[in-house]
Amino acid sequence: MSSEWPLWEIFIRSQHGLAHKHVGSLHAVDAQMAIRNARDVYTRRNEGISIWVARSADIHASSPGDKDALFEPSNDKVYRHPTFFPMPDEVKHI
Amino acid sequence: MYAQMVDTGVSKVQDVAQMTPEERAFQDRIDADVKVEPKDWMPEAYRRTLIRQIQQHAHSEIVGMLPEGNWITRAPSLQRKATLMAKVQDEGGHGLYLYCAAETLGVSRDAMIADLHAGRVKYSSIFNYPTLTWADIGTIGWLVDGAAIMNQIPLCRCSYGPYARAMIRVCKEESFHQRQGYDIMLALCRGTPEQKAMAQDALNRWWWPSLMMFGPPDAASVHSAQSARWKIKLLSNDELRQRFVDQTVPQADYLGLAVPDDRLAWNAERGHYDFGEIDWQEFHEVIKGNGPCNRERMQTRIKAWEDGAWVREAALAHAEKHAARERHAA
Repeated sequence: MSSEWPLWEIFIRSQHGLAHKHVGSLHAVDAQMAIRNARDVYTRRNEGISIWVARSADIHASSPGDKDALFEPSNDKVYRHPTFFPMPDEVKHI
Repeated sequence: MYAQMVDTGVSKVQDVAQMTPEERAFQDRIDADVKVEPKDWMPEAYRRTLIRQIQQHAHSEIVGMLPEGNWITRAPSLQRKATLMAKVQDEGGHGLYLYCAAETLGVSRDAMIADLHAGRVKYSSIFNYPTLTWADIGTIGWLVDGAAIMNQIPLCRCSYGPYARAMIRVCKEESFHQRQGYDIMLALCRGTPEQKAMAQDALNRWWWPSLMMFGPPDAASVHSAQSARWKIKLLSNDELRQRFVDQTVPQADYLGLAVPDDRLAWNAERGHYDFGEIDWQEFHEVIKGNGPCNRERMQTRIKAWEDGAWVREAALAHAEKHAARERHAA
């Protein structure tokens, strides 16, 4: 059996002003083919106006084991949210 | 159903007392409806079962293109032809979403295809029946895609993130499939007596195989119980089958077609239709490879794969040559 085509991750921007969003992956020999295939696989019903492709091998992700170390510290910093500061009813536009 | 009789590799549902601390933590997260993602720890049996299930599902989508593809060149109008091509293309897309979901579990696409071609992994029994007339295309959309929706909607909530997300995409597209099928049936049933007879003949042939899609009865299915525990099977075979019958019989009534079951009757007490006995002997024969089209389907798939080998190799060689040239120029 011959070697498999590399895997690409596909990101689609659905409308102007929104960010590209991960929609899935597919196999292709190069970026050009990945974009062409992404058009056929992920935008058959006007789902997008822009496509990004990146080789899956080039994506680095945080590890589930590091979840606490990475995300726990923000749990006790509620003062980062505006709702932490009660405002008097009389004060407007704030 | 698209994945029938998925082997979980366990002989009975695992007891909490026998679980390792890791397995218990895993089950707790499933019970709390936390999605499992590719890099999370998971029990080997969960991983293997999911690979088997998603893979069967993917193969079903791809093999399912064959019976319908059979009618693309003979569709009765340009509109019907364009619609059928779009539908068959969707099925190919669904297969791809699913293969990608399975790949996140650490199995390669080529390995899955090799498993299919070697007969180590099945696809749905329904695709081993022939499409003899144009009415079969209507009936497949109406019944087979209808049954698929019934099964896939709950799977949008399954415990494995990539599978659930693939199912959401699939379900969005699937209701077009069911409606285009029913639309074909409507046209035939409003047509000449010959056309209506053709629609009735197709329903007669597809009704029972469609009910078999949901898999064997629930009683004593240890795999179903373990899969339910893992939330990769959310409703039982019999529950889904009953829902399908309840939903479909009034649709057949509207078409003026008779469901080929003389024991079919509304049961006011249960609030459901009662229906006749399914020929499980036939189901098991089809699963074993002895259905009307099993050999033909596999031969067609294998031929397509082998005939396409030079294209895959050439495309890869071309891309490598270009990449080398760019490196050289840089």
